[in-house]
Amino acid sequence: MTQTDRFDDLRDLYQEVILDHGRKPRHAQRLEAFDATAKGDNPMCGDRVQVWLKYDGDAVDRVGFEARGCAISVASADLMVETVQGRGRADTKALFEAFRTLARSGNCPDCGPALAEPLERLAPLAGVHEYPSRVKCATLPWHALIAALDGTKEASSE
Amino acid sequence: MNVMTHPIGLDIERIRTNFPILSQKVRGKPLVFLDSAASAQKPRVVIDAMVNAMETQYANVHRGLHWMSERTTEAYEAVRDAAAVLMNAHDRAEIVITGNSTGAINLLAHSYGRGVLKPGQAVLISGMEHHSNIVPWQMLRDAHGIELRVAPITDSGELDMAAYEALLEDGKVGLVAITHMSNVLGTVTPADRIVSIAHAHGAKVMFDGSQAIVHRKIDVQALDCDFYVWTGHKLYGPTGIGVLWGRRELLEQMPPFFGGGDMISSVSYEQSTWAAVPHKFEAGTPAILEGIGLKAAIDYVQSIGYDAMAAHEASLTEHALAKLATVPELRIIGQAQDRGGVISFVLGKAHAHDVATLLDRQGIAVRAGHHCAEPLMRRLGLDSTARASFGIYTTHDEIDALADGLNRVRDFFG
Repeated sequence: MTQTDRFDDLRDLYQEVILDHGRKPRHAQRLEAFDATAKGDNPMCGDRVQVWLKYDGDAVDRVGFEARGCAISVASADLMVETVQGRGRADTKALFEAFRTLARSGNCPDCGPALAEPLERLAPLAGVHEYPSRVKCATLPWHALIAALDGTKEASSE
Repeated sequence: MNVMTHPIGLDIERIRTNFPILSQKVRGKPLVFLDSAASAQKPRVVIDAMVNAMETQYANVHRGLHWMSERTTEAYEAVRDAAAVLMNAHDRAEIVITGNSTGAINLLAHSYGRGVLKPGQAVLISGMEHHSNIVPWQMLRDAHGIELRVAPITDSGELDMAAYEALLEDGKVGLVAITHMSNVLGTVTPADRIVSIAHAHGAKVMFDGSQAIVHRKIDVQALDCDFYVWTGHKLYGPTGIGVLWGRRELLEQMPPFFGGGDMISSVSYEQSTWAAVPHKFEAGTPAILEGIGLKAAIDYVQSIGYDAMAAHEASLTEHALAKLATVPELRIIGQAQDRGGVISFVLGKAHAHDVATLLDRQGIAVRAGHHCAEPLMRRLGLDSTARASFGIYTTHDEIDALADGLNRVRDFFG
């Protein structure tokens, strides 16, 4: 595809999945009925996100978000929702830790097979590890999600 | 003699060879460095001056009786003379060495703010200040009962002069602290009118010249201002050194801010007395190597000359405004009549950070974000912008590369 060739040098970070979810997020909406919510704020770049959670027993049943930020942070929030819905709380936190390792280092060799499938879904974001200032863009929605799970209202991307 | 001459064009290729870093490649591509407003690159003469000092002539200053200390003191103190000439200060003692512009403004806010201004008086800033010219005055307001006023800007990004004057009319403003050139909009503020209106209402004027001094000849006597601050690292010098210029009689009214060695006349447990200006504001071992480096940077700038630098920058800015106007969906933020080589923009719906990263992939360094000016961003209704800024080594080809890069980013985001 000539289109791909022309932009080859731009695609290592901005893969089609990221452009697509950054432009047209599927889950960018607040939940009318929710059990927990938290905001995330990256004061260095002004990115802001709010996440809403609805539980089904111990599991995260539904997640919605509103984000104001770059394509990386919006796409990351959207992919996060897709990978955590239906997942238990402990499992969600484990996925967050695995994703943070992925975003910081580009891979997660010690991540077990249980997380292989969601990590594959999140893999397009691994390119941020080459841009230390952008890692927080990818992890900010996750910090907000974990804050909501823990019952704290605010998260920063530190 | 005021003879109108055409400024001699810069030999850019020769100038570029003076900056070793410009031959670097980034991500496999030649570096296109368009972030000089954040911090400028350093010419070889600055690098050599600092290295030579460490290798051949270094000791602490102002106190040693030995050869090395005396030579180092001379080399370090030479920056004060160079800065005085650069700004056309009346007296070298009016040059207070600080850590940077932020340090200079904080010194002023503490010393002039608490020592000279009285509770109930006001400090007037503008709606396009860097955080460094907002926060110290907020701290003064909260600690000392000083009112903080903000003169608004127009939609084109210029100071609203009618509103500015109206804010001075009750005579409560003791100090106007205002940028001489916006680090976001590139706007050069009308310094002469700012000063004459302020003085007519009994207010002193401090200019934040962090950006302006890189692009324009600053003559503090002609400006008739009372304080002028700037930082070395944007003027092709090292980090960690800046200047507060103040009228001598004002500096003499001001109490010290930092206490310690080097700023005293004598010390006893009962009482200490202060050194004369400027040393009473310069406690502790100064940034010796940085002073030596900044002296070299000032000499370098003077050897090129502000006429040639300003002409080059005006040409680059005109070219950039024209080229960027050809990029679909690109909107330039700030339309001031009098502007310098700092251009902020937004590109369609693309976030500025994405724009900056995608330019970086093409070897082009720009800044993106709120540029330490969040209140200005809110005034503009934006979260962030991308910003290209120019130095003496910037070429027209680099601006073409920026425009080409932006066209690709736009096509990529679709």
